[in-house]
Amino acid sequence: MVRDITIGQYYPGKSLLHKMDPRVKIVLTLVFIVVIFLCKNFWSLGLMAAFLFGGICISGVPVKMLLKSLKAILLIIFITALLNLFYATGGKTLLDLGFAKITDKGVYTAIFMTVRISCLITGSSLMTYTTTPTMLTDAIERLLSPLKVFHIQVHTLAMMMTLALRFIPTLIEEIDKIMNAQKARGADLESGNIIDRAKALVPILVPLFVSSFRRAYELAFAMECRCYTGGNNRTRMKQMKLSLLDFGFVLGAAALLAGVILLNHFFVKLI
Amino acid sequence: MPIISLKNVTHTYSEGTPLSVSAIKNINLDIEAGELVGIIGHTGSGKSTLIQHLNGLLKPNEGTVEIDGENIWADKKKIRSVRFKVGLCFQYPEYQLFEETVYKDIAFGPKNMGMSDVQIKESVLRAAQYVGLKPELLNKSPFDLSGGEKRRAAIAGVMAMNPKILILDEPTAGLDPKGRQEILAMIKDYKKKTGSTVLLVSHSMEDVASVATKILVMNKGEVSMYDTVPNVFSRADELRKIGLNVPQITRIFIGLREKGLDVETDVYTVAEGCRRLLSLKKGGNC
Repeated sequence: MVRDITIGQYYPGKSLLHKMDPRVKIVLTLVFIVVIFLCKNFWSLGLMAAFLFGGICISGVPVKMLLKSLKAILLIIFITALLNLFYATGGKTLLDLGFAKITDKGVYTAIFMTVRISCLITGSSLMTYTTTPTMLTDAIERLLSPLKVFHIQVHTLAMMMTLALRFIPTLIEEIDKIMNAQKARGADLESGNIIDRAKALVPILVPLFVSSFRRAYELAFAMECRCYTGGNNRTRMKQMKLSLLDFGFVLGAAALLAGVILLNHFFVKLI
Repeated sequence: MPIISLKNVTHTYSEGTPLSVSAIKNINLDIEAGELVGIIGHTGSGKSTLIQHLNGLLKPNEGTVEIDGENIWADKKKIRSVRFKVGLCFQYPEYQLFEETVYKDIAFGPKNMGMSDVQIKESVLRAAQYVGLKPELLNKSPFDLSGGEKRRAAIAGVMAMNPKILILDEPTAGLDPKGRQEILAMIKDYKKKTGSTVLLVSHSMEDVASVATKILVMNKGEVSMYDTVPNVFSRADELRKIGLNVPQITRIFIGLREKGLDVETDVYTVAEGCRRLLSLKKGGNC
């Protein structure tokens, strides 16, 4: 039951997107998000969607998995579309309900917004699908390293994030064990009202807390024993290097940006 | 009538997915009441999966589990009552302690059973006595106890439910030799006093040899032997093939015999070994 929760959604593979430097990937994802917002009509948005589709094809991540990440925000998409449908002003009236009317502009805007949000989510999930959580934190650390000037402990933050990610499966296993142990003593976790259920969690949460602290101490000892003192002057086992591939992707992104600007310019603005 | 009866029990984790792992296959097993069964097997042989079926924490994919002649999954809602009948104490049970005092923690199981306060008190005190916890410790926080005491308190928490069958998963893991001896003696004593059926999972052949009346050998998810202690340990070669062994003292006697000394090899405890050697020294035969 607890085992079903998946954290981090890495889809193993050897595609070009997987091989891309995670730093470049993060930056390009941000660029992608910005460009999506620059799109003013269906032509430029269509170009972005086509590019995204190309990216999905390259990555080898099953479309089904990407759709799963869309499912989570289905409600948001729906509400956004609905609001736009009724609140867009101007255009030809298609349907008059009295208290509100639907115009053709409203319909276009609703579709536009739906496509836009879907692209946003799919684009950013594509990044998390092709990058391991560890690589992500490493890349974030490197990207944020200029903040050191302001005495922000970037390395420490990144290390905390890495450790947190690392221990999620361990904790899930631990919860499973404790739940079984308490169930064996007759703990009833499944019935009763909200208060009963909250109370029933105590026998699970207390041991979980205790063991988390124990683990944290043990880990700190183990790290100290290996002379870990923090981020200064540490080298890494896996160096991140920019390759020709990354420049290729950057060039592609620049071309995309240019394309969007051109299409925005030549065709009618929708919003 | 056997108190535990498994028929064609099979369990596969994550069935129907690419990650499916077959943990136990087609287990047929009858355990009579009053036995003290030692369960041995290599890591991953399905011991833990097997014992979790006995109190309904896991449901078999196929086959039936009968306790006291009743199929435990006949009525899904009654599965909790099975857990009171079959007390299961997991490995490192001290990590499940959570209450403010040891007394309250031991009382958790009896309370879930719906016992009255008087009954709870009686059960807790009796359980504490079984495991040898001093009464003055009962009002302490379980987190202030020593490692060995925590282990005892946790085991007492299961014993306090007065289960007909008590299952202990490696109760001696991580304890020092003295602690191991004490826990084993306590289990033997508990069985004698209550007459309940006890199942003991262990990695140590010595532990099993010293307390068990019968041994269940698991291998790759199947029962490879279920027999009396001498019958199982007389099959030393087979045990070695599946990554197990006979007790050290038995190995010594097998070695002595190979060197030409006139001894039998059915020796499973050091005490028994001593006795045989001494009588041999005196010139008698053993």
